[in-house]
Amino acid sequence: MWKSSRKEDEAPAPAVEPPMAPPPVTSAFVRAAEPMRDSLRSGEVATIGKSVVVKGELSGSEDLVVDGEVEGSIALRGQSLTIGPNGRVRANIEARNVIVHGRVDGDIHATDRVELRKSASLSGDISTARISIEDGAFFKGTIDIQKPEPGTAKMEPRPQAPAAAASVPVSTSTQGSLLEPKKF
Amino acid sequence: MVPSFFSKFFGGAGRKGTDDEVVSGERISRRSTGFNEYIRAISREEGLKILDLGSTSPANITFMTGLGHKFHQEDVLRSATDKALVIPNGDGGTTIDVHRYFDENLNFERGEFDAVMFWDLADFLPEPLVKPLIERIHVAMKPGSTLFALFHTKDAGPDAPFYRYNIASKDTLELQPARAYRLQRIFNNRHVENLFRDYSSIKFFLGRDNIREVLVMR
Repeated sequence: MWKSSRKEDEAPAPAVEPPMAPPPVTSAFVRAAEPMRDSLRSGEVATIGKSVVVKGELSGSEDLVVDGEVEGSIALRGQSLTIGPNGRVRANIEARNVIVHGRVDGDIHATDRVELRKSASLSGDISTARISIEDGAFFKGTIDIQKPEPGTAKMEPRPQAPAAAASVPVSTSTQGSLLEPKKF
Repeated sequence: MVPSFFSKFFGGAGRKGTDDEVVSGERISRRSTGFNEYIRAISREEGLKILDLGSTSPANITFMTGLGHKFHQEDVLRSATDKALVIPNGDGGTTIDVHRYFDENLNFERGEFDAVMFWDLADFLPEPLVKPLIERIHVAMKPGSTLFALFHTKDAGPDAPFYRYNIASKDTLELQPARAYRLQRIFNNRHVENLFRDYSSIKFFLGRDNIREVLVMR
């Protein structure tokens, strides 16, 4: 398991690092997850590597990948923030899009979209227009979906699936006289 | 060292479970009259605040936010198995630190929620948490609000499987095999009435799969 994750870390390196003269901070960067690679290739993404710890206010006007630790606040109005699988963020976040693979303790306000991937753990409130949560993600907090633009259709529940067990109303008659439930 | 206190909370159906593991297995679709009635009650207006005390479920979040509601998620069973909560019980054994649990969880305003999805958690929670948790939820619910719960019947045994409940539609739940919590107890109808004695009314629905559905009005 450890080996394979190292391979993933190392695999994309040639795509984003010039072989001759890598910038001095590159060694601290990590590119651990497939979904992060495209944005890294674009070359317009700032990255906080997994060995970097930041305390204070982070703000900017370009996309940001956090795979290290941030404590404070993050404000990327109009931009995207990706919390990598090694990312540990204790901060309130404002951005256009927020994608979480790692751990966040704090509130997220995204004007467009929040994505919690299966490895994500988020303790905090979410305010956004759209949200996507993968099976396996952990979430503790409140989700407030902002009203869609006028003319946007309201999301409908999925169609009904076939039933394996039906239920019918019954009266509140008692099943026994025990005062405590049966314990195992 | 794994505290012995929690060892009896894992097991069930012979499955191994690790933290938040979703056990592979076929999802079961289950029609639910009680849930249908619950959804009817919360569909009369938008902007309600719904509390889901089960495992994080993308389907539930999608469904409830799709109805225009705010959605609050808090996995009370997972929180209850935090090893940091284990304290000595004075008899050489261990128990759960109830005060710390409620310091760290379920910190809501009075009357904050319009509806609660409690699922079958009362059957799986550690004993010291059950009644205080129901009381805490009572405070957090608005008068007239609704709670949906499920209880195993007397035919269920300690190896009854633990499922995540995912909303498939307004009257269908999808049961997803999940971390193997062990069934702790069986409530009969009188126990359930006693558990929710501070609430204004209870309505039972009996299913064909050893599960009773309960709608509780605050």
